[in-house]
Amino acid sequence: MSVRSSIMVPRGAPLPVLLPLRRPAPRSLTLPLDAAWQRRATLVVLVLLASWLLCAEALAQAGVARPGIVALLWKWTPVIFSGFLFNILISVLSMAIGTVAGVALGLLQVSLVRPVRRSAWVVTQFFRNAPWLVILFYCILLIPFEFTILGATVPFPAWIKAVIGLSLPVMAYVSEFVRGAVSSIPSGQWEAAESLAFSRLQTMTMIILPQCVKRLLPPWMNLYAILTMATPLVSIVGVQEAMTLTRAALSSEGRFDLLIPMYLYILVWFFLYCYPISRYTVRLEQRHGRAS
Amino acid sequence: MDEFESFFRWLHQAHGLNFSVAYDAYDRAQYLSGLWTTIKLSVLCIGVSLVIGVIGAWAQGARFAPVRWAMHGYVAFFRNTPPLIQLYFFFFAIGSVLPGLVGDDGARPLVSNFAWAVIALSFFAGALNVEIFRSGLEAVPQTTVEAAESLGYTRLQAYVHVVLPLAVRISLPALGTNLVNLAKTTTLAYAIAVPELLYVSAQIWSEQLNVREMMNVVLVSYVGLIAVLVWVLHRWERALRVPGYGQDE
Repeated sequence: MSVRSSIMVPRGAPLPVLLPLRRPAPRSLTLPLDAAWQRRATLVVLVLLASWLLCAEALAQAGVARPGIVALLWKWTPVIFSGFLFNILISVLSMAIGTVAGVALGLLQVSLVRPVRRSAWVVTQFFRNAPWLVILFYCILLIPFEFTILGATVPFPAWIKAVIGLSLPVMAYVSEFVRGAVSSIPSGQWEAAESLAFSRLQTMTMIILPQCVKRLLPPWMNLYAILTMATPLVSIVGVQEAMTLTRAALSSEGRFDLLIPMYLYILVWFFLYCYPISRYTVRLEQRHGRAS
Repeated sequence: MDEFESFFRWLHQAHGLNFSVAYDAYDRAQYLSGLWTTIKLSVLCIGVSLVIGVIGAWAQGARFAPVRWAMHGYVAFFRNTPPLIQLYFFFFAIGSVLPGLVGDDGARPLVSNFAWAVIALSFFAGALNVEIFRSGLEAVPQTTVEAAESLGYTRLQAYVHVVLPLAVRISLPALGTNLVNLAKTTTLAYAIAVPELLYVSAQIWSEQLNVREMMNVVLVSYVGLIAVLVWVLHRWERALRVPGYGQDE
């Protein structure tokens, strides 16, 4: 109804179909988001940030004799960088554990035994739907801080618990990816393997999984970027990393005008690490899209 | 109700399982208010992020180049930085610059922490929505747009009445995933002391010292809440699916 009423044709004017043909603007409603646009956008963001920082610097130095913003950021860079390396360590470990567990869980999800398949599905859905922060709290608060194995006390520091907490959602996501990839392989592959007398295990490891790797790579890399961006969560549960150190630096300087630059600075650190990953993921996806 | 409460009292006394939210009226009220805050936060963020997505996808096709650049910059930056630090940036950095309001009950900040959580999380999820809507818009066949133009639609009319409804329907699966993620991300509001479910639960377990029981209650509550959202979105997705797109079940 609203469609008809919205085409306003003045009374007495000829209907649009009777008007002489006017070529519509050649451009479509949206622009394809190619790599050049993205690069330009990134450049704009970085140039804006840099110029704004320099302005703040100039203003700060125009006033009383205090260290400038840029000098302070530079002073704290080694500390924040060490924290950032720890974030990357946490993300790599969680990704490794989560991927191994996730592939196993994903294969259980396509098992031929119905109860196994169902229970693997339930586990996957549970950890996929639970918020990362809640799982993190769960692991930090409920895993004991030390284990006693054969009389020897093994300490279990908080950051290892955090790694486990982050790897559980990763496991669930990888499990879904594996299930999706396996079921996207044409059934002809299974039948051909069967006719060549491959066992199920052989078919899986030698025919299906190698073909899945190509499909799994883009979502897996995307997941890694998401995981890296989730690592600052461990600061909430009391593990020291880049965010904790940044806030410590802020409180030790006690400078009001440092707040915005400092938070932007740590955001840029993460951006510089995650942006190339997501660009590369998009490129991989495009290449696969063309191939298939 | 009385039997329900006395059962959990008995569980506490006999087995030491202290589900205080089940029998203690104060804890239950706190828990329910946290649950309500989480729901409000999720619904508000979903709404605002959808608006950002629609406007952003429109701006990405704008004729004025700087608007497009700004939109690409916004999407690239918010998609590739941690949501928690974005939240801190808004709350601690931008919030510290804004002036406070002085009312009858003393000074209070111009933007409350709940509002900051809505703003920050919506901007984060909105950046993803822009991308999702854009790919939906690109999937609308050019011939449909031409058909609309030949019927005398202006560019805006064609966008509002023809392209956008189709694009929304095409992008629903990806949109659903993002909105579920957004609802999960509302737990981050804990970090700036918004009294949502996780925050009030932390208060309860530090008063009652029942971390184990409360943690399980929280986990089950969230999984239940998200499951409802997933179910609703799934129904919606099936009802609005465009025939001829994607896999037929």
